Amino acid sequence: MLTLNHFLVLGAILFCIGLYGALAKRNAIAVLMGIEIMLNAVNVTMIGFSFFNKVKPYSTYLTGQIFAIFIITVAAAEAAVALAMIISIYRKRSTVDVGEINMMKW
Amino acid sequence: MGLQVVLFWIIAIILVGAALLMVSLRNIVHSALALIVLFAMAAGIYLLLNAEFIAIVQILIYAGAVTILVLFALMLTRTNNLLTNSNPNNKQWWLAAIISTVVGVAIIFAATLSPYSTASGGSGTAYGATAACSLPPDNVVYIGQLLYSPTCYSYVLPFEIASLVLLVAIVGAIVIGRED
Repeated sequence: MLTLNHFLVLGAILFCIGLYGALAKRNAIAVLMGIEIMLNAVNVTMIGFSFFNKVKPYSTYLTGQIFAIFIITVAAAEAAVALAMIISIYRKRSTVDVGEINMMKW
Repeated sequence: MGLQVVLFWIIAIILVGAALLMVSLRNIVHSALALIVLFAMAAGIYLLLNAEFIAIVQILIYAGAVTILVLFALMLTRTNNLLTNSNPNNKQWWLAAIISTVVGVAIIFAATLSPYSTASGGSGTAYGATAACSLPPDNVVYIGQLLYSPTCYSYVLPFEIASLVLLVAIVGAIVIGRED
């Protein structure tokens, strides 16, 4: 029998792996991929809450699924802007190592 | 064990395995390909949760657009050691492992304590007709009504703001990525 806990724990595990990828990687594109995993983990949790509809006012308006749609929208926008920034930085500095991108460090 | 449970475990194991592959593979193109598997399996989870529309959107936007964008960025930012070690960890990777483990244990602990966490047997569809408009039988139809319909309770204003966000992001990406 599937319970909400299955999906919450799955989302938490995915979120942790994404957090590790975002914190531990040197390549800026790998950091971005870690962030995408974290957003997906949040989506899994949201849709899990939407499926096990226990809070009636929220489930009437499918709040979890609508929230997931907006998260996907924002994630797509974020990926486009971040990749444009990475390519722009690569053109100027010819590196995508986040440890070497220290233009704003004082 | 029903079919749902078996499918959940298969999809969840592939999902977590693809995520682990993505953070551990040495070649960054391979980790981008693992990302495609991860997004497709997440769509499987959404199908299991009766969210057909979000599963399709996930396949179209994440597995289709975002990973292609990532692969294009990998092509445009060529690293010289692509085959040997193009996806290295930084010096604080052990600290990152500790932080993510602590965060994960905290989230799982909090989720298990929640009174809703043992909820089971949901349907994923909305129940209870609203006063203004009746409930269509289909989940996808209902999502469309919630996003666009101005007559009953809907998310028209957030939807318009989301379109503005997308417009600004597209213009910003063009301006930032332009060669000058």
